[in-house]
Amino acid sequence: MRLFSDSIGRKVVMAITGLLMVLFVIGHLLGNFSIFAHGINAYAEKLHHLPALVWGNRVVMGLAVIVHVILAIQVTMENQAAKPTKYKVERYLKATFAGRTMIWTGLILGAFIVYHLLQFTIRKTPGLVLEQDALNRFDVFTMVVSQFKVGLIALLYVVAMGGLFLHLKHGIQSTFQTLGLSNGVMLPRYGALGKVLSSVFLVGFVAIPVTIFFGILK
Amino acid sequence: MSAHASDGTMNLKLIVWRQKGPNEPGKFETYEARNITPHHSFLEMMDVVNEDLIKEGKEPIVFDHDCREGICGMCSAVVNGVPHGGFKRTTLCQLHMRKFKDGDAIYIEPWRSRAFPIVKDLMVDRGALDKLIQAAGYISAHTGGVPDGNATPIGKRTADYAMDAAECIGCGACVAACPNGAAMLFAGAKISQYAELPQGQVEAPERVAAMINAMAENGFGNCTNHYECQAACPKGIDVKFIARMNREFVKALAQDKVGALAQSGK
Ligand code: HEM
Ligand code: FES
Repeated sequence: MRLFSDSIGRKVVMAITGLLMVLFVIGHLLGNFSIFAHGINAYAEKLHHLPALVWGNRVVMGLAVIVHVILAIQVTMENQAAKPTKYKVERYLKATFAGRTMIWTGLILGAFIVYHLLQFTIRKTPGLVLEQDALNRFDVFTMVVSQFKVGLIALLYVVAMGGLFLHLKHGIQSTFQTLGLSNGVMLPRYGALGKVLSSVFLVGFVAIPVTIFFGILK
Repeated sequence: MSAHASDGTMNLKLIVWRQKGPNEPGKFETYEARNITPHHSFLEMMDVVNEDLIKEGKEPIVFDHDCREGICGMCSAVVNGVPHGGFKRTTLCQLHMRKFKDGDAIYIEPWRSRAFPIVKDLMVDRGALDKLIQAAGYISAHTGGVPDGNATPIGKRTADYAMDAAECIGCGACVAACPNGAAMLFAGAKISQYAELPQGQVEAPERVAAMINAMAENGFGNCTNHYECQAACPKGIDVKFIARMNREFVKALAQDKVGALAQSGK
C-alpha cells in the first residue's frame, strides 16, 4: 500500500493519526474540567457505564499512537540522512523551534502517555490513594490529588504539557498543509488556530496539577 | 569606522568552504575582500577575491554562475546560513554589497544536501533536479501540430497560477534551505503548474506518483512543513504548491492510481 510507503502517503497517515489524537485531547480536556466542579468522580462513573465508547476510544488511540510513532521515527531518520552535513552558520528565516523539535517533543509525549496510563488508568505507580467516595464510587479526585501534591509529579506534568504545546503549535497547521487542505490564504489562519488551540491545551491541562499542588483546588 | 568610509568602499572577511573534489575532505579558509564598492554584486565581489588569489598564485574559489541577472538559476551559495543570503526574492548574483558593512565577516558555504554532492568548493551537482523533471516534469499527450493561438482558452486566474508556479528557476535553494533536504517546493511547483492546465490534467495522477518516486530515488527527504524553502526561494514560490501536490496525491490515491502507475514507470 503506497499510503504507508510513499513520502507524502506516510505524512498523510501521520496527519490523520495526529488529528485523531488532537480530537481526543479536546475531549479529554473538556472531561477533565469536571474536576474544578468536583464532578470528576461522577464523570468517571458515567464513562465506565459506556464500555463501547471507552474501549472503542482505547483501540483507536492505541493504533493511532503506534502508527504515528513508527512513521515519525522512520520519516525523521530518512530526513536526517538526506541532510548529512549541517551549515556552519545556523540561521532560519521561517522554520521554528517547535517545528525543528517535533521528534523530541513527540518522544516526550510518548513517554508521558506510557507513564500517565500506568498512573491513572492501570493505577500501578507509587503513592496512589485508591478509595471509594461517600457515594461508593471510585474516588478519582482523591487519587489525582494524591499524585499532584508531589512536586516532582506536578512538574513532570507541566513539562509534558509544554511538549504538547510545542508539538501542536507546529502540528496543527502542518496537518492541514499535509492533507492538502491549505492554500496561500488559509495557511496563516491554520497557523493562528494551532497557536490558539495549543495554548488552550497548555493552560487548561497545566491548571489541574498547579492548582492542586498549591492547594487552590482541594 | 574605517579609512574607506570616505569613498564608500569596504573590506570584508570571507570564511569560505574549500574542497578540492567530490570525495576530498573540505575546510573553511579565510580571505580578505578588499576595496569592495556597494555597487559590486556578491559574485563580482567573489571575482575580485579570485583575481587576488590568482595573482598570489593560489587556486581561485570555484562557484557556479551564468546569467548574473537572476533568471538562470545557476548561482548558488549559502551566505551566513541562508541560500542566496536570505534577502527577499534575491538570487546571489542580484545581491549587492550595499547590504553589507565594512568589516563584516561573511560565511560562504555550498548547498548542503545528500542529493547535491559537492563538485568543488561552492559548486554542487544539481543533476538530481533534472532527474525529477525527466521522471515527471513534462506532458506526453500527443498534441499534433502547432495549435492555433487561442484554440484552448485559459482563464486569467488559471494562467496566473500556472505562471506563479512556473517562475521556479531550478536553483535548488529550496533543497539547500530545507532542514530535511527535501525537494517538495520544486516538485510541488511542477505538479501544480501542470495540474492547473488542461494539457497537464490528463496525466496528473501518474505525474504525482512518478514525482514522489523520483524524489525518494534521488536522495531527497520528506516534508515536515517548515516552509524554510519558500522563505529562501529567490522567486518567492509559495508553499501552497506543496499543499496542491499533497492534494493531487490524495486524489490519485482515491483513484487508486498511485501504486499501479508508479510501477509502470511513468
Ligand atoms: C507519542 C509520540 C509522538 C511522536 C514520536 C511524534 C512525532 C511526530 C513527528 C516527528 C511529526 C512530524 C513533524 C511534522 O511533520 O510536522 C509529528 C507530527 C504531528 N504530530 Fe506527533 N508525535 C507523537 C505524539 C503526538 C500526539 C500525542 C499528538 C496529538 C495530541 C500528535 C500530533 C501530531 C500532529 C497533529 C502532527 C502533524 C502531522 C502532519 O503534518 O502530517 N503527535 N509527530
Ligand atoms: S547567475 Fe543566473 S540566476 Fe544567478
